Amino acid sequence: MNKIRINRLKDKGFSVLGMVSTLFGLILLGVLFGDIIIEGVQRINWDFLTNLPSRKPEKSGIFTAMMGSVWILLLTTIISFPIGVAAAVYLEEYATKGRLSRILEINISNLAGVPSIIYGLLGLEVFARLMGLGPSVLAGSLTLSLLILPIIIVATRESIKAVPSSIRDASFALGASKWQTTYFQVLPASFGGILTGVILALSRAVGEAAPLIVVGALAYVPFAPKTPMDEFSVMPIQIFNWISRPQHGFIVNASAAIIVLLVITFAMNGVAMYLRSRWQKRIKW
Amino acid sequence: MKNDLIILPSAQPSFFKSMGSDIINTKTSSNEPVIESEVITNNQEITSVKKSEKKEYQILVKNVNVFYSEFQALKDINMEVSPKSITAFIGPSGCGKSTFLRTLNRMNDYIDSFKIKGDIFINGKNIYNEKIILEQLRKDVGMVFQKPNPFPKSILENAIYGLRIQGIKDKSFLAERAEDSLKQVGLWDEVKDNLKKSALALSGGQQQRLCIARTLAVEPEIILMDEPTSALDPISTGRIEELIFELKKNYTIVIVTHNMQQASRISDNTAFFYLGELVEQGKTNDIFTNPKYKRTENYITGRFG
Ligand SMILES: Nc1ncnc2c1ncn2[C@@H]1O[C@H](COP(=O)(O)OP(=O)(O)OP(=O)(O)O)[C@@H](O)[C@H]1O
Ligand SMILES: [Mg+2]
Repeated sequence: MNKIRINRLKDKGFSVLGMVSTLFGLILLGVLFGDIIIEGVQRINWDFLTNLPSRKPEKSGIFTAMMGSVWILLLTTIISFPIGVAAAVYLEEYATKGRLSRILEINISNLAGVPSIIYGLLGLEVFARLMGLGPSVLAGSLTLSLLILPIIIVATRESIKAVPSSIRDASFALGASKWQTTYFQVLPASFGGILTGVILALSRAVGEAAPLIVVGALAYVPFAPKTPMDEFSVMPIQIFNWISRPQHGFIVNASAAIIVLLVITFAMNGVAMYLRSRWQKRIKW
Repeated sequence: MKNDLIILPSAQPSFFKSMGSDIINTKTSSNEPVIESEVITNNQEITSVKKSEKKEYQILVKNVNVFYSEFQALKDINMEVSPKSITAFIGPSGCGKSTFLRTLNRMNDYIDSFKIKGDIFINGKNIYNEKIILEQLRKDVGMVFQKPNPFPKSILENAIYGLRIQGIKDKSFLAERAEDSLKQVGLWDEVKDNLKKSALALSGGQQQRLCIARTLAVEPEIILMDEPTSALDPISTGRIEELIFELKKNYTIVIVTHNMQQASRISDNTAFFYLGELVEQGKTNDIFTNPKYKRTENYITGRFG
């Protein structure tokens, strides 16, 4: 009897502790958001979204930086999505599970933890200089693709792994080839998870400044990029640039830009959550 | 291949089967890679013996040894299976029944540690020959699994998946074939109004019958079943047993079962496995009434296993 009571107490104690830990993070985040919103929300209007950068804070807008981010997002998606999914499919479905694949596996997981500035240096050397792409949107996108590929590969592999092997057996037993099994069964069944992983990885990419600065993205570009070879800025760089200015007006601009960036990231996460729940509803094992 | 199949009226699949003959070749049309009819084995002696046996047996197993890495799961198995018969594999858990069954359509190929020695001939063709096209083999040798495993798609899509992957797109032909195979397993009346419904919404017994229907739709000659009723209630089990018995008219069936009554009720021949060895095989009646070995008798009467 007594033991049960002690265990109950422990249970209670842990749940309180857990709640406090959760709240700690949430409250800090809340304070931060509150601060930024109070400062920046007044500045958000149509002009702010569509104006080019300017010397005067009240005339400055985030149009070029936003378009730069959109370009980066699009190109990064086009590059990293197929490569990441193909790599994951290869590792899960095709590669023999030997030592080589284990080494690859460990290294890919480790790559996900490499500081982003290292990717920036790699991008500068390989894409900007060696391949002669210069400080272009394309060079930036390639760099960010490298950065998020490990995340996409890991997430894709996880969702491919979650597909029960009985489905593969059934497909093979009906005379399907490996590719048909992957294409008709494994990928559709894991697509929700794959998409979620890709979107989360991309939402990380939109927030990156360091690797793009190293590759040569500018703090000030007069126009939005029109081709993949154009120079560009992105929102995190613009924010950093504004925050480092002395005038208070630019600090307000930075807060407003942070709000816009947050909205974009939250929207992306929301889409990811929606897709996941939709796919889960469709497929119950 | 597409045309080949479309010419077929969808009456009875058995009608078009060249029983006991070289199906792998007859089913292959001219634009497909044709498999050489000459069997290459690592044992020439056996091959020559087989010319006459080819006619008789749909499945012929010669000195098969199977390994998972170092562990030997099957020891020197020899077996003959005649067309349109039901063969039951019985034996205690872990004795290698599933392993053996899965060597017959090469489903073990996906296990990296799997190794096989010896020869398995299906309709006279050595299926472990490099020239065998796996996809073709699986079309001829279908498989039904222990746990019903429908695809997370509609009932209709499940039924026609095997045909779809062959590249058949003719909607009316697919629908017809789906109806035929669902009728064969007695599922048609239960699902005909809900063909677009997810197969996962069916009951376990219905799912298993759908899995059988999906196998029948590609018109195999042989159907391998690994404990197809062990996850089902007695009523569903009864229905599937009846179905299996019915299917015997047109198909060669090999079934693994832990249910002695089931084995004795439906099978013509029984093979008793024990620790990777094929201890005893023969007419089901003989095995169950007059087993040669004590071990067989003990197992059948439930004294161990
Ligand atoms: N993928 C594998 N890797 C290694 N060993 C395996 C593998 N699959 C099966 N085995 C081993 O091979 C032996 C035979 O297994 P198998 O699944 O064929 O038995 P079974 O007769 O079907 O048993 P059950 O009646 O429980 O289904 C067992 O000892 C098992 O541990
Ligand atoms: Mg088994």
